[in-house]
Amino acid sequence: MYIDPHIHMVSRTTDDYQRMALAGCVAITEPAFWAGYDRSSPQGFHDYFRQLTDTEPKRAAQYGIRHHTWLCINPKEAEDPVFAREVIALIPSFLKCESVLGIGEIGLNKNSRNEVEILEAHLDLAAAHDLMVLVHTPHLEDKLKGTRLIMDAIKNQGRLDPSRVLIDHVEEHTVGIVLERGFWAGMTLYPDTKCTPQRAVDIFEMHGTERLWINSAGDWGQSDPLAVPKAQLEMRARGHTEAAIRKVSFDNPMTFLSQSGRFKIA
Amino acid sequence: MAHAPVLLSKRALIDRSYLEHRAKVLDLAAFIDRVERASGEDGDDFRMRALQACCALLLDGKPHRAQRVLELLSDQTLDPIAKAGSKGATGAVPPVAGGAR
Repeated sequence: MYIDPHIHMVSRTTDDYQRMALAGCVAITEPAFWAGYDRSSPQGFHDYFRQLTDTEPKRAAQYGIRHHTWLCINPKEAEDPVFAREVIALIPSFLKCESVLGIGEIGLNKNSRNEVEILEAHLDLAAAHDLMVLVHTPHLEDKLKGTRLIMDAIKNQGRLDPSRVLIDHVEEHTVGIVLERGFWAGMTLYPDTKCTPQRAVDIFEMHGTERLWINSAGDWGQSDPLAVPKAQLEMRARGHTEAAIRKVSFDNPMTFLSQSGRFKIA
Repeated sequence: MAHAPVLLSKRALIDRSYLEHRAKVLDLAAFIDRVERASGEDGDDFRMRALQACCALLLDGKPHRAQRVLELLSDQTLDPIAKAGSKGATGAVPPVAGGAR
């Protein structure tokens, strides 16, 4: 049994829901993200938010998987602050949906000033509505700098409890600084640009299993919706106990997400 | 940093994963050869220099190699950039950004 706490099912087939269910997935959370192209209007986001809050929960339910979501405009579309603020203004009307857990995946992409401005706007929205936050950290060479800027922005906001914020896509050079500052950390099992299952298990061995989870971040790119059960296999092959495997792939996401008061398993 | 012991012995880890990593070294060697054999003027590409620096780091005998490789490949500047020129990342710090960005 496992939870995949970060996967973009709007980009996956119904067959993937079936395979995930067969592999033991009982619940997922789906952050709003970039579609691979910039939307041309805020109305495009309104439709996307309907898909996340209405269509996907029904599709997941066919396979006994509980679907939850996080809403935002992704940092890749934050370079136009006027447009981004129009999208952010749509979010409050969706917060009444029971499957919305909070704001995410917000963060930075290229660490630009406009991205920081829109990150701060999202953090203010989360604080105003007492919402949890799921954070995307930048890719590759931009990750270390972006992670530092994001943590500073959260601290500067002043009203967000780090224990209700998960900073995702950590790797060996960022996991320590994220955990040290009291945040939860997510390891994304993604080919070429993030963690392999082997490296994720290394990180558990070096940093422990407190406030850490694993996810697939499966999306429209080359990615693997079964990455979490594959990491479970890696842990098992390396002699980790079933209790440890359950902790990182079920108990930890359950603990973090339950703080929302809305997270449920099927 | 060590929090939990590695549960498998050195020998068991090597038995389990040597061939996988032998293949990865060969892939890297063949990739460098392929780039050298190719036409064009980009033999001094910053990404290839970054790969060479990573290879040297692997041989320095010090621990935490994965963390240090990632740090070596990271933008170490602190301030936000003025504007995002693109959405993508290259995987190494471009010369324009190396210390100047």
